[in-house]
Amino acid sequence: MQLELRGITKRFPGVTANDNVNLTLKTGEVLCLIGENGAGKSTLMNVLYGMYKPDEGQIVLDGESVVFTSPADAIAAGIGMLHQHFMLVPVFTVAENVVLGVEPTGRLGSLDIDKAREMVREVSDRYNLNLDPDAIIEDLPVGVQQRVEIVKVLLRDAKVVVFDEPTAVLTPKEIIEFFEIVKTLIAAGRGVVFITHKLKEALNVADRIAVLRRGQVVGEVNPKAASESQIAEMMVGRPVQLIVDKKPHAPGEVVLEVKDLSVVDADGRTMVDHVSFNVRAGEVVGIAGVQGNGQTELVDALTGLRNSTRGSVALDRQDITSASPRVRHAKGIAHIPEDRQRQGLVGGLSVAENLVLTRYHDEEFSNGIIMDWPAAHHAAENLIAEYDVRTPSPDVEASTLSGGNQQKVIVARELSRPLRLSIAAQPTRGVDVGSIEYIHSRIIKERDTGTAVLIVSTELDEVMALSDRLLVMYRGKIVADLDPKVTSAMDVGLYMAGSRPSNTVNA
Amino acid sequence: MSAVDAVVAPLISAEQRKQARSVGFTLVVLGIVAAFVLGNRPGDAGFKLVDSYIFVIPAQPFARILALVLIALGAAQLLKGFGKWTNVVLGIAAATFVISFLAWAASGGSFSFTGMLQDTVTRSVPIILGAIAGIVCERSGIINIAIEGQLLGSAFAGAVVGSLFGPWAGILGAIAMGVALSAILAVFSIRYRVDQVIVGFAINFFALGLTSFLAARVLTEHPDYNILSPLRPIALPLLSDIPVIGVVLFTQTLFVYFAYMAVAIATWSLYHTKWGLRTRAIGEYPKAAGTLGVDVIKLRYRNVLIAGAVAGVGGAWWPIGMVGRFDQNITNGRGFIALAAVIFGRWHPVGALSAALVFGLAEAIQLKMSNLDTGIPSEFLLMAPYLVTLVVVAGFVGRSRGPKAAGQPYDAQ
Ligand SMILES: Nc1ncnc2c1ncn2[C@@H]1O[C@H](COP(=O)(O)OP(=O)(O)OP(=O)(O)O)[C@@H](O)[C@H]1O
Ligand SMILES: [Mg+2]
Repeated sequence: MQLELRGITKRFPGVTANDNVNLTLKTGEVLCLIGENGAGKSTLMNVLYGMYKPDEGQIVLDGESVVFTSPADAIAAGIGMLHQHFMLVPVFTVAENVVLGVEPTGRLGSLDIDKAREMVREVSDRYNLNLDPDAIIEDLPVGVQQRVEIVKVLLRDAKVVVFDEPTAVLTPKEIIEFFEIVKTLIAAGRGVVFITHKLKEALNVADRIAVLRRGQVVGEVNPKAASESQIAEMMVGRPVQLIVDKKPHAPGEVVLEVKDLSVVDADGRTMVDHVSFNVRAGEVVGIAGVQGNGQTELVDALTGLRNSTRGSVALDRQDITSASPRVRHAKGIAHIPEDRQRQGLVGGLSVAENLVLTRYHDEEFSNGIIMDWPAAHHAAENLIAEYDVRTPSPDVEASTLSGGNQQKVIVARELSRPLRLSIAAQPTRGVDVGSIEYIHSRIIKERDTGTAVLIVSTELDEVMALSDRLLVMYRGKIVADLDPKVTSAMDVGLYMAGSRPSNTVNA
Repeated sequence: MSAVDAVVAPLISAEQRKQARSVGFTLVVLGIVAAFVLGNRPGDAGFKLVDSYIFVIPAQPFARILALVLIALGAAQLLKGFGKWTNVVLGIAAATFVISFLAWAASGGSFSFTGMLQDTVTRSVPIILGAIAGIVCERSGIINIAIEGQLLGSAFAGAVVGSLFGPWAGILGAIAMGVALSAILAVFSIRYRVDQVIVGFAINFFALGLTSFLAARVLTEHPDYNILSPLRPIALPLLSDIPVIGVVLFTQTLFVYFAYMAVAIATWSLYHTKWGLRTRAIGEYPKAAGTLGVDVIKLRYRNVLIAGAVAGVGGAWWPIGMVGRFDQNITNGRGFIALAAVIFGRWHPVGALSAALVFGLAEAIQLKMSNLDTGIPSEFLLMAPYLVTLVVVAGFVGRSRGPKAAGQPYDAQ
């Protein structure tokens, strides 16, 4: 199927998200869409998927102009899409989510849930996705949820498949498996649009790369003849430093001390198992690990969102094991959560409100009863400028921002006050290269002013580049304490998989 | 796996612990009440089960033994806990306590126990149907505060149409009114995105005002518009011959049978059909359903209208199933009790049915009590069903979570 977007323009109040965009996609090719946060990638794909009605322009399929008034039309025309944010019903099982909309039915319209399970199992086995059809979505780590989304798309067997930043929440191994899936699709004559902020991935799988900036296509790149820094410059409009620039660290006193900590999940499984470590002032400690090895629970326990069953947590020698999140926050702990949609951001509040969400009770913004909105607004505007949050105004609802800009709002809020300890889970998930550069430099600046920094990331490159010390978590335990300067990514990968390199440097 | 895991595994949340404790205290308090209040009247109480058989309970000894057992159970719950049996223990304890209470009230005389149970079932009908209407709406993401107004409006329509054209036409008229009021709710909350609670309240006031006005103006002048003979109970063959149960469950009007069918159909449809899956999806996360091609807006409209029809039958119960006429504010808050039943029942039809029966029982006991000479002021008795509601909600339901998207308008864009 040949797909063509002609002169697509889509405006939102205050922004032109797509400005006269022309794109084509042929059968059997992978088109990579690259662009800054807020460049209009998701909007363009949502137009294609019938979610938004374009203000101008048309969609042409195999030479015929079509009009989609709803996703149902797009689905019927053979278009499938994996959305940037999860479109999963949290209380449903995997099988229920996968078949929603294409339910297998028996007599009297009854739902054939056995058939649904079988469908999930079949696709999951074929592509090696390893999904339990009966698991409840909200109990699953984000990486697994993403695999559910992939199964949803595969099951519908669309002719053109759009993947909007699928790899942002996948582990390196899952990403390789995902590329295998893309290859299978291409071999079967499907067309694939793939959106990512990781330039390496784009160079790796794309047949063509289209670069979007501020709603317009600014150029097309041949992946065989381009480098990461070239594309980055094209995206952002200036040269971008792709390597973290940092001075040797000078660790001070112990700030965070975790002793013998254990955490169980709702089903009583031990997710964090007798973990001890500490983080010093002026030091970045990274925790690497495959998703689901207890990192989420560890961060929850450190930030007070979940009770520990054993052990202690101390900040500057004061015990905070059972302190509330508010108390921890007041003591100077920042938290950038791994799931920005569920924690960290209130979609229905304005960008400005979100930016002062953790400080609304400070004297600066309220007298205890009445908010000082002008002051809050002023602070918000400064942060928006400083972090280059692309928003038409501080007053729009945070949920209307592009995914990467939502992340920047959270980072801006969390790092904008005096801190003792900063805990960041996937701090640059979904953020474009230009902003990654900025967020990384902010984190390093935090470190240099004497804050203790804990980074939890499944992005191996990121933790290796930022950390001064690297811990690896596997099955709830810390299995390695490494110096990233003298350790290879290969070895870290082995630790993450639960094995041990043969020529051990340190452990 | 270390030894620690074994100790850690059965951990329960602070909330569960609090709930377990409050169950323990309740048992002890019930025991004390049984000892000092229910135990202070000598004499036997006769519970008439069938015409030829009266079951006799000696009120005082029964209450005293019950008191001891309740206090022992309460202590056991506080010290050790019954775990997953807690609710069963509590249920049996509450039922026995109610029997002891009835024995206390009826001591020295006798009353029709079977009749009381029959009343329970009869009176729970509008609550059950109202609750089903609430569940169907809320499961699809529309808060329905307007149940009361829908019941009241359709009771009025049922009375007038029924008086003019007969009971069957009356039921149809009531359904039409229920659907019409639902349509107002649907248009304002889905299309115009007005706050659903406010639309619901507006409908309640509108229904109350309009029916009261029409009843006072039109119906008093034309009494023949407001008189009909209600449907008679139908004794189901064979089933109605079972002692006690036959009378309680199977010698009832069509309304009762319809209510039970509605519960069964709603349960099956919500959990075992394509419609149910989609309905629950649009109540939890409509966008997910929308991106999969489900027409969220259309399904919401459809479900709100279906709910209106069900509430319409519930409203018809007053004139056509029960009293044969319409009176001002005849529903008297039953729609709100239905709303409470939705929440107790945790948005599940069977749960709502159980809750509705508890409310029905409270009503039936209150009716019986006003006939027996107990010395309790009748105003207090009228309060009883609502008191039961409060205690149950505060103590045992705990925090129950409704459909997540309930109350949020959906943007097709
Ligand atoms: N529903 C909406 N209402 C108003 N504005 C919107 C809406 N959706 C997107 N926008 C705006 O349109 C612009 C493009 O957003 P879009 O989500 O397409 O960016 P993106 O390229 O996908 O970015 P990211 O890489 O961060 O996901 C942004 O400025 C955003 O604020
Ligand atoms: Mg996007």
